[in-house]
Formats: sequence, C-alpha cells, structure tokens
Amino acid sequence: MLNNINGFRSFLLKATLFLTAFVFSTFLSVAHEHEVKTTHNEETIVTEVAEIDSLSHHDTTATHSTAEKFNAGKLIMEHIADAHDWHVAGDFAIPLPVIIWSKERGLACFMSSNFHHGHSTYKGYMLEEGHVVAVNEMEETDAHHATVNEEVTAGLYDISITKNVTAMLISMAFMLWVFISIARTYTRNPNTAPKGMQSLLEPLIIFVRDDVAKASIGEKKYKKFMPFLLTVFFFILLNNLLGLVPIFPGGVNLTGNIAITFSLAFITFLITTVNGTKDYWRHIIAMPGVPGWVLFLLTPIEILGVFLRPFVLMIRLFANITAGHIIALAFFSLIFIFGEMSPIAGYSVSIFSVAFVVFMTVLELLVAFLQAYVFTLLSAIYFGSALEEHSHAEEHH
Amino acid sequence: MDLVKPAFGLVFWMIISFSVILFLLKKFAWGPILNSLTERENTISDALNTAQKAKEEMLALKAGNEKLLQEARNERDLLLKEAREAKEMIISEAKTKATEAADKILVSARENISNEKMAAITELKNYVATLSIEIAEKVLKQELADPNKQKELVQTLLKDTKLN
Repeated sequence: MLNNINGFRSFLLKATLFLTAFVFSTFLSVAHEHEVKTTHNEETIVTEVAEIDSLSHHDTTATHSTAEKFNAGKLIMEHIADAHDWHVAGDFAIPLPVIIWSKERGLACFMSSNFHHGHSTYKGYMLEEGHVVAVNEMEETDAHHATVNEEVTAGLYDISITKNVTAMLISMAFMLWVFISIARTYTRNPNTAPKGMQSLLEPLIIFVRDDVAKASIGEKKYKKFMPFLLTVFFFILLNNLLGLVPIFPGGVNLTGNIAITFSLAFITFLITTVNGTKDYWRHIIAMPGVPGWVLFLLTPIEILGVFLRPFVLMIRLFANITAGHIIALAFFSLIFIFGEMSPIAGYSVSIFSVAFVVFMTVLELLVAFLQAYVFTLLSAIYFGSALEEHSHAEEHH
Repeated sequence: MDLVKPAFGLVFWMIISFSVILFLLKKFAWGPILNSLTERENTISDALNTAQKAKEEMLALKAGNEKLLQEARNERDLLLKEAREAKEMIISEAKTKATEAADKILVSARENISNEKMAAITELKNYVATLSIEIAEKVLKQELADPNKQKELVQTLLKDTKLN
C-alpha cells in the first residue's frame, strides 16, 4: 500500500515536470516565432518602405506601427491551420513538396522552399495566406508584384504534401510500426502475459473490443468492424496526443482539422450506409407502425438524421481539439499582449498563463482520450443501428 | 472561413492513406492481435474450467475417501463386535461344556464309587459268609463231635420248629 502511494507520488511528480517542460517549450517556440515574425515584418516593411519612398511620399509611420503590433488572432490561426512548410524552431522550417494539378497548366511538383516563405513566385504559382494561387507571371518574380490569375486559381487542385499530410503520414507510419511489432509479439509468444508496449496497448484494444464494439454492435457481428474501430480509435488518440506535444513531430492540429474529421466521418458514413440492412432502411424511409400522415414529417427527419450523424461526428472532434489548441495559444498570446504594454506586465501575466496552460494541457489529455473514445463509440453505435434487426413485437407497437 | 472548409488535398490524402493503413493494419496487426487475444482468453478460461473440474473431482474423491473410511470403520466395529460376541459365546460354551464334563465325571465317579462299594460290600459279605460258615463248621465240628450233643441239638431244633 505504502509502496503504491510512493509510486503514485513519484509518477505525479514526473508527470508535472514533464508537462511543465512541454508547456515551457511551447512557450519558447511561440516566443521565438513571434520574434522572428516581427523581424521578418520589419524587413519587409523596410523594403516596402524603401519602395514606397521611391515612388511616392506616403505616411510610413502608420503602417509601421500597425504592422508591429502583436496579432493574437493571426498567430493562433496560423498555428491551427495547415501550411506548405513545417516550421520547427526559430528560422528553421522543413520545406514540403507542393503538388498542384490545374486544368490549364497540368501537374506541377516542386518543394515549397521555392516560394521563399511566400516572398517569391515559382512556376506560375505563389502563396497567398497559406494557399497556393496561380499568377500570371510564369517566371520567378517577387510575389509582392505578381498578379493573381483568378481563372486558373479556380480550377486548381492542391494535393500538396502539407504539414498536416506529413503529420498524418508520420503518425500512420508510427501506428504501423507499433501495431505490427506488437502483433508479431502476439504471434511469436502466444498465450503469455503481455509485456512492454503490448501491456500498454492491450487494455485499450480490449476496451475498444468489449466496451465499444461488443456493447454497441453485438456479439455476433462486431468482428467485421473491429479493424476500422481500432484504427480510428488509435489514429485519433495518437494525433490528439501528438497535437499536445509542442516540439517537432507533434504540435500539429491534425484531429482539429475539419478535412481530417470530415474524412473520418465520411468513412463512418460509408460503412454505415454499405452495411445498412433492409430493416434499417425501412425504418428510415417508412417507420413501421406509424400512420401515413406522420411519415410526411418523420421521413425527412430520419433522412436528415442519416447525414446529420456523421456531420456531428465531424464537428465534435474538430471543435474539441481546435478549442484546446486555441485556448493554449490564447493564454500564451496574453503574455505578448501584456508584454507590449510593459515587460513587467508580460512577465507577471506569464506566470498565470503558464499555470493555466498546464491546467488546460492536463484537461486536454483527458479530452484526447475522451474524444477518441466518443468518436469510436458513436461510430460503433451507428454501425450497430445499421445492423439492428428489429423484433416483430417491436414493430406492432 | 478556412477553418471550417475541408481542404481538398488533405481529404484526398487522408482517404487514400487511411484506407491503406486500415488494410495494412487489418492484415498485419488487428487480425493477429485479436486472434491471439481470443485464443489466450479461451486458453485461460479452459485452464480455469479444468482447474475447477479438478477441484470438484478432488472434492468428490475426498468425499469418496471419507465414505470409504467410514465404511471401513463401521466394518471394523462390526468385526470387533462379532469377535467379542464369538469370544463370549466360546467362553460360555466352554464353561457349559466343562461343567457338563465335570458333572459327567462326578456322576461316573460316584457310580464307580458305589459300584466299588457294592463290590466291596458283596466281597465282604461273601467273606463274612465264608468266615461264618468256616467258624460254624469249626464250631459244629467241635460241638457235634459228641453224638449226645448231636441229639440234643436235633432236639432243640425240632422244638423250635413247630409244625403247624
């Protein structure tokens, strides 16, 4: 008993240290980035100012003061949104491949470093607020003088390996490595107690099987859905957790990206639709035992429900994870907002901000598990409802 | 709003790579893992069942042993009782037999004694008779040596014997 308490205490201590280290590294990276941004801004402003000065005599002090001001909203949105390069620390960003297909111009593949962080065009494309747009100038020029070709931009398909795609591929590779290696342990030493990674993941696998799949789909048919449920559960969980890690392979708001949650919900929708029994569709289109005139009201609602369910799945995961990222970043932004007033205010607010971010990170750890569980559970419930055989007694009601 | 508009490229890559990872994990990870989990659970429950059965068998065996022991004990008691009875019977029989034999011996001894006594008495009688006859002979020889005396005797005898 005493040993347990001691173990728990040391665990708590370690966890707190770990979290604090994490939070501080986020803080540092945000701080650094802010610094880099302001210097960047200054550089561009200096060049702009020079250009503008040579052309006409504008009042440059106004632009200078507004550009220097810390913009929390912009910072947060940049952190949450996808990007064509992966900013690691300071000035260092990993360039990622840009793949663009256009009806008029065909396929174009090149590294995002060619854009020089949006400062130049390349092969007739440039970055505008993180998006690739087509420009009229086909040769490399300064992006600030390029003109956007609206017609080509409208027919553009951007399938670049962005930051989110990279993070997704990394997490998937990690999942493949972990699960295939533990699968090998299972087949190599059958009927032995789990060890190491196996004993960490086995309770989760059994949890998904017994409390999610078996409970919602039923003992008979759950097996068919296990691969999807397990993959979804671990994909969401892993990426939720990685999203909380502020340093390199983590920190990407992947499960808080609507495209990712849309894709996951879409797959759930597809599986539900494909596996829907005759009984399931009959209950949607014409609920048995309901008078005809009620069906006019009920059927549209039921049909709407079919699409609403995956839609809700998509929104829930997206909103929960994005909110977590926004809150953490907002607390950090507070430091800079106050820091702009006076350095002392910035330092004193930083104590509270860091404390709050530690608290929020702990909460987000819970949310990471909870949302992975909720997504998996609801998917399982939808599959279960699609497979459900209504008893005849029920139909007579 | 960029935030709530799914990006085409991301959806494209996500659907493709998710399908691939789903297939790979299904084939190389979830299948073997779930199978061996079920297998292990079955093995464990089988082992538990076997243990339970063995326990029950042990209990049955124990009960059987107890019963056997009880039976043996009862048998022993019975045997002891029988033996005791037999002993008592033998003793009493022996006693009666001994008494009978003693009685017989006594009776025969008594008979013998009486026979011997009778024989002795008869012998004595005979001896007394012969002796008396001898004496009488001697007396008579002496008495009747004189013919007067013989006459006198005949006279007395005749006197005593009255003819009716």
